[in-house]
Amino acid sequence: MSDILDILLAANFWAAALRIATPLIFGVIGALVCERAGVLNLGIEGIFTAGAMAGWMAVWLGAGLWGGVLVAALAGGFFGLIHAILTVPLGLSQHVSGIGVTLFATSLSYFIYRTALPDVSSPPRIEAFKPLDIPILSDLPFIGPALFQQTALTFLALAVVLVTAFVLYRTPLGLAIRAVGDNPSAVESQGLSVYGLRIGAVVAGSALMALGGAFLTMSAFDAFFFGMVNGRGWICIALTVFASWRPGKALLGALLFGAFDAFQVRLQTEVGSFIPGQVFLMMPYLLSIAALVLVARKADYPRALLVPYFRGQR
Amino acid sequence: MIRFEPLEPASLSRLILVPVTAALIALALAAIPMAFAGLNIFKAYGLMATGAFGSLFAFTEMLTRATPLILTGLAAALAFRAKLWNIGAEGQLYAGALAAVAVGTGVIDAPSFVLIPLVVFCGALAGGLVMLGPTLLKTRLGVDEVVTTLLLNFVILLFVQMMLEGAMKDPMGMGWPQSEPMLDAAALPKLMARMRIHGGLIVALVAAIGVYLLLKRTVWGFEIRAVGENANAARHAGIPVTATFIRVGLISGALAGLAGVGEVAGLKGYLTADLSPGFGYSGIVVAMLAGLNPIGVVVAALFIASIFVGADSMSRATGVSNYLADLIVAMALISVLVSGLFLRFKVRFVGQRHAEGAAK
Repeated sequence: MSDILDILLAANFWAAALRIATPLIFGVIGALVCERAGVLNLGIEGIFTAGAMAGWMAVWLGAGLWGGVLVAALAGGFFGLIHAILTVPLGLSQHVSGIGVTLFATSLSYFIYRTALPDVSSPPRIEAFKPLDIPILSDLPFIGPALFQQTALTFLALAVVLVTAFVLYRTPLGLAIRAVGDNPSAVESQGLSVYGLRIGAVVAGSALMALGGAFLTMSAFDAFFFGMVNGRGWICIALTVFASWRPGKALLGALLFGAFDAFQVRLQTEVGSFIPGQVFLMMPYLLSIAALVLVARKADYPRALLVPYFRGQR
Repeated sequence: MIRFEPLEPASLSRLILVPVTAALIALALAAIPMAFAGLNIFKAYGLMATGAFGSLFAFTEMLTRATPLILTGLAAALAFRAKLWNIGAEGQLYAGALAAVAVGTGVIDAPSFVLIPLVVFCGALAGGLVMLGPTLLKTRLGVDEVVTTLLLNFVILLFVQMMLEGAMKDPMGMGWPQSEPMLDAAALPKLMARMRIHGGLIVALVAAIGVYLLLKRTVWGFEIRAVGENANAARHAGIPVTATFIRVGLISGALAGLAGVGEVAGLKGYLTADLSPGFGYSGIVVAMLAGLNPIGVVVAALFIASIFVGADSMSRATGVSNYLADLIVAMALISVLVSGLFLRFKVRFVGQRHAEGAAK
């Protein structure tokens, strides 16, 4: 019991929780923006992979770290645009299109990586983002190491939550995005473009998802591995439902998830000899399913989610 | 401005033309990554064709690869017909394979005519039970099955790894995480001497005919189609929607489980954690290319299998990455989605003013 307390009271535990949560924050906010506009984006898993690969490769080719972040976002936006065109003006099944985008983005990323680096045995490394050393704040006892020794991308993720919340709830654009996911014909009758809003939201959301991937190769690790995204995208889709499509709750959900994951990794070192490692590795996926079950009854889906809109149709 | 005018009913020629066009578009688009990799495009296509069809061996390899794809394709096609989004065929395949080795590696000693049906049944049952979970969560609690089936794929693969490193590890396996070999009496028979093609293909073809008859000729099939068209309307018409979802979930999972049985009991002879190179996900592409038609699934699986086998062979000859095959398959899915529009709609490009007038 005291072991568990020790884990929870260590600053590096909370630092790890925030680090694990960072890609999920990008992913959940990205998924939330798409879904608030009425489009489920199951391309997320592939977009994570594309962001991870594109960002890493840009840095490896000498673009600089922030150049890599930009390239990752553009790659995400590109695949988001494909999904948006297929599902918004063409009105195709969002489920199948999303799976298609995931397969396409993943295989294209792997193919480009393998073609650019045909025979490397160990993946080449880049100089990744380093933890920021913020004067005074980073030196605070406990809070300093827990909160203020993260890389710039973690702070970017937190800023993204604030900006998304502000845009969604405090600007006319946000009102229009939320409305287009609830009642698109009402938006059309206001003279706004349903297609424009939905396509824009999906492209922007996908760019955010790609930043989650970029965090993996440019901050959590410093190289690209096959299969490194490992279901994080799907976990984000589950967390979006858990967060009932609200940015604040999305942040909370991702942090909770990060804390749980950090906790079970530490627990594993305590009791690892009794329980096979795979049991611990299953936890994030089972936890995501549990989160879905928990909120299933009261999940308040955007009313026009999954429903294609055709102009002039009531 | 694009307008879609519904076409009813879709003619048979369009039904065939659309997926064939999509397949050709995907193959043509493959020229871009091949050129990017510095290949001579015509030579590369030639190598792919000979790799899949160039010899009896190549052809049987293609059929061997198509076997699990037919079954996972059927799993997706049947489920999608009812709009039950089973994206978990990959996990169900592994569950089927795990059940097959659990039963078929020596626990029960029996002659072939007992053991083979038992192995097949247990594999199908395991796959079906894995899909039963997400189906019940959907019907009882309204949990979206897309995410649960996707997440379960990871859980099941980890479970298989755990078993292969623990309880079911082959003590004679030189430390490799693999199961004990299937008993000879539990192995599906080979269909040709010195080739890898096995009885799983017969199972897959029978399953395709079975699913076709189920959908076309039975009350259950009628109910499945009705639920897929409009679940609410079906409920009002007195169709047992919940029971239909559960039946579809069980059968769909069982079909994917059979794919796993074929791979261990017919092809590999034992189970490893890298049994499937994504057959579950490719099955979705097969199903979509087939327009969710069970007989079409067989044809689409042959096409996807020839892409995989052909690209593998081309990859070995030229050194270009065999992720090219996955790329072509992904592009085939996207192009069949788009060309499917031409099946259901007459697509007309009209002037803005005309369109607005028509919308009023």
